[in-house]
Amino acid sequence: MTEFGQMPIKQLRELIQRRDASVTEITQSFLSRIRQCDDKIKAFLTVEEEPALAQAARLDRQLASGESKNGLLSGIPLAIKDNIVTQGVRTTCASRILENYIPPYDATVVSRLKESGAILLGKTNCDEFAMGSSTENSAFFATRNPWDLERVPGGSSGGSAAAVAAGEAPGALGSDTGGSIRQPAAFCGTVGLKPTYGRVSRYGLVAFASSLDQIGPVGNSVSDVALLLQAIAGSDPQDSTSAARPVEDYLSEIDQEVKGLKIGVPKEWFGSGLDGQIEQSLQAAIKKLEGLGCSLLEVSMPQTEYAISTYYIIAPAEASSNLARYDGVRYGHRSADQKDLDSMFKSTRSEGFGEEVKRRIMIGTYVLSAGYYDAYFIKASKVRTLLRNDYLEAFKKVDFLVGPTTPSLPFKIGEKKKDPLEMYLMDVYTVTANLAGIPGLSLPCGFSQEGLPIGLQIQAPYFQEARLLNLAHALEQELNVKRPKLPI
Amino acid sequence: MEFEAVIGLEVHAQLLTQSKIFCACSTGFGAPPNSNTCPVCLGLPGSLPVLNREAVAMAVKAGLALGCQINRNSIFARKNYFYPDLPKGYQISQYDLPLGQDGQIEILTGVRQEAGHVGEYQPRTFGITRVHLEEDAGKLIHQQGRDSYVDLNRTGVPLIEIVSEPDFRSSQEAYDYLNNLRRTLLYLEICDGNMEEGSFRCDANVSIRPLGSSELGTKTEIKNLNSFRFLQRALEYEIERQKEVIGGDGQVEQETRLWDEEGQKTLVMRSKEEAHDYRYFPEPDLLPVVVSEEWIEELKAQIPELPEERRQRFVKEYALTHEEALLLTQTRQFAEYFETAVRTYNQPKAILNWMMGDLMGHLKQDHREIHECLIRPEHLANLVRLIDEGEISGKMAKQLFEKLYETGDDPETIISQENLQQISDEDQLTRIVDRVLEANPEKVEAYRAGKAGLLGFFMGQVMKETRGQANPEMVSQMLEGKLRSSP
Repeated sequence: MTEFGQMPIKQLRELIQRRDASVTEITQSFLSRIRQCDDKIKAFLTVEEEPALAQAARLDRQLASGESKNGLLSGIPLAIKDNIVTQGVRTTCASRILENYIPPYDATVVSRLKESGAILLGKTNCDEFAMGSSTENSAFFATRNPWDLERVPGGSSGGSAAAVAAGEAPGALGSDTGGSIRQPAAFCGTVGLKPTYGRVSRYGLVAFASSLDQIGPVGNSVSDVALLLQAIAGSDPQDSTSAARPVEDYLSEIDQEVKGLKIGVPKEWFGSGLDGQIEQSLQAAIKKLEGLGCSLLEVSMPQTEYAISTYYIIAPAEASSNLARYDGVRYGHRSADQKDLDSMFKSTRSEGFGEEVKRRIMIGTYVLSAGYYDAYFIKASKVRTLLRNDYLEAFKKVDFLVGPTTPSLPFKIGEKKKDPLEMYLMDVYTVTANLAGIPGLSLPCGFSQEGLPIGLQIQAPYFQEARLLNLAHALEQELNVKRPKLPI
Repeated sequence: MEFEAVIGLEVHAQLLTQSKIFCACSTGFGAPPNSNTCPVCLGLPGSLPVLNREAVAMAVKAGLALGCQINRNSIFARKNYFYPDLPKGYQISQYDLPLGQDGQIEILTGVRQEAGHVGEYQPRTFGITRVHLEEDAGKLIHQQGRDSYVDLNRTGVPLIEIVSEPDFRSSQEAYDYLNNLRRTLLYLEICDGNMEEGSFRCDANVSIRPLGSSELGTKTEIKNLNSFRFLQRALEYEIERQKEVIGGDGQVEQETRLWDEEGQKTLVMRSKEEAHDYRYFPEPDLLPVVVSEEWIEELKAQIPELPEERRQRFVKEYALTHEEALLLTQTRQFAEYFETAVRTYNQPKAILNWMMGDLMGHLKQDHREIHECLIRPEHLANLVRLIDEGEISGKMAKQLFEKLYETGDDPETIISQENLQQISDEDQLTRIVDRVLEANPEKVEAYRAGKAGLLGFFMGQVMKETRGQANPEMVSQMLEGKLRSSP
């Protein structure tokens, strides 16, 4: 780990502004950390070494001449999940089908990061098209958990979480469709936020399940995550589902008192299936909330048991349609094995997509088919409404919900790969926030005996990111989790 | 057994918006291939659609003009299928909750079946199932026996789909409905109605059943109906084909057929087994389309008098036949030209004849639309008045029309400039007539000997002397008088 490795972004900015460290120095140090450890961690699919250094040098010149715009993230190198498009920089979604795809435009979040002065370090590995919970579904390689290289970093934003945890980047963007930011954040001991659906523009996020997808930040601390969210949040004329609602000042509200807040603890989230060490760690953390002056209240989320089934109908249905564009006609992989149009489509997609993606395309196609649509898709949409009602009811009584992020500790690479259903259960505590559209955040609340991170999840009502970050920050300070030494 | 035909039509009309339905690209026709494109209409990974409000406004107008109920909240859906001209692998369309539904129109439709030889008209009401918004696909260009190319300029051009109830009982009714629909969209100025270029496209569903039966027979869908003529021929062919199939104890197969203009028949394109399952589901990238009461009122106020209404008014107000009124109301500009002319000089029939004859002829020859021509309706009306008032002869009128068409000047100016007015001065004409008779003594003799046909010769000579300006009636009277009286 280098000197800047786990330094808060705010502090890095101060170093730059006071010119105690140059942008080039800082960028160089993250690049050398990547060079030093990424052959083991494998968090990055693409490292933009030269362009990053060129941009750093440009910013240094501007600082020296006093022309610096002093943006929110001026001089901060960041990693971006490889399903978010970057102009001129290969964007693969960890899929063979887009192996050499170079987008001609930037996602809205990428332009916003660039406008705020951030530097693109590289693109991070993920499960193919963000489908998975371990990053093992990447068509290129599996990413390792920095806390134990034999274990998965979680997924699908495993590359982003691992890069931040290993000090390869001070912050990163991921995307969360069913837990894909929060679960790897928990597995890697980092903070991850899935904002309210519509808080961050999806323009340029390669769609997996459009009604569930949301881009969000991964960082070492709640305040880093707040800073990153500040830079990317807000309405976007190019995304009709982005919210017009003004963006709050997340940083200025982060230190507010949390006394008197009512915290709901859903009883369904602490049933069988939850790892004993995680439960213990959570109970201790929840106690600390009481210490902060919050009151605890048991609440019920009766639809929880249907969440996974609902999610695994709606998400694949949308995915089966979203992934139809990869047909070999205009861009991406095109099979050489073709006799006619149909065989071109079939071979291209058979060769280009991995097993999990194909599985979900088939499930999605099935649930949308004539004769099955009502029984599956419509039914699932109705359950989704009930689930949303669970939240509306709960948030009448409490300000936040607190529970686990994951049912288990980071598992071994290959351990769950053979049984997709078991893998799907990894999302049990996270998918509900996506189905309802509310924000959820995972923060480290302790380490297991084996030295593996444990995540705690806080969920909040729609567009309550400022208060959510405020509570998470207070709890983070109160917990002051002692981190073991990173083995790499 | 007597059969009746049951026909329904599905029409796709391109809307005349400046930009595409879900992005800012131009809808302009004829640009180099793939130049009017962006990440959104190319369906690049990560791109998202944003709805063009102007397209909604146009679609709502169409819905209102067709008597539809406008849904205050309508939703977009994805229609999923693979084809190289469809970049996203799905078309954004509407399925449940279209923009407009349950409409109807009442039109006069021809009773006799042959097009152009309609004797009688009777009012008929046809139901409109739905009017919805969707995006157009691109175009494939096939190189004979070699590669195929994709042009995505047309991808994302807004379309409305207008689905009728199966209410037509003859090809003539379908023809009249389609013609009215086309005229309506032209009047609303939301579609250019060009069937050949594909901005106005029609598919037909056809079945037959025993006369008197209320059950529907198995239908076939017919595509590739690129003109009104094709539609009528294809329907007539298909109705006969189905009658023969059933008459021969066969069964009509549910299938999609193509009209083959060369072979003058319909051919199987795909069978029921090959039919697509489009797996429609709500488009998650777009919000429901909200059409407020105020917006509807605002759009209603912009709807002009519609062609069928105008046609019936023309029949009453100007004592025209249904066919004449139909011709005049084909386009809004044509009808307005007529009315402006009639307001200037109230001789509807004569103005109609000039419009349908000389004016139409010239416009066709020059490939111009009526609003692009120089001759103003007031001038055409004055031309007719000058003939009626005897200022100019019919022959001079033709000459004058040419000048009006070329220059756009008013007839009086041209007459005085070109010295075109008719010579009706008795003394002047007498002098000319006498001169002609004196110059041709032997012809005068011959006439008096019984060669009456020579009158035309003398007439011609007088016209020659006066450069066609002599009042022909006066000259003819004079000549007859003078030739009859013996020297």
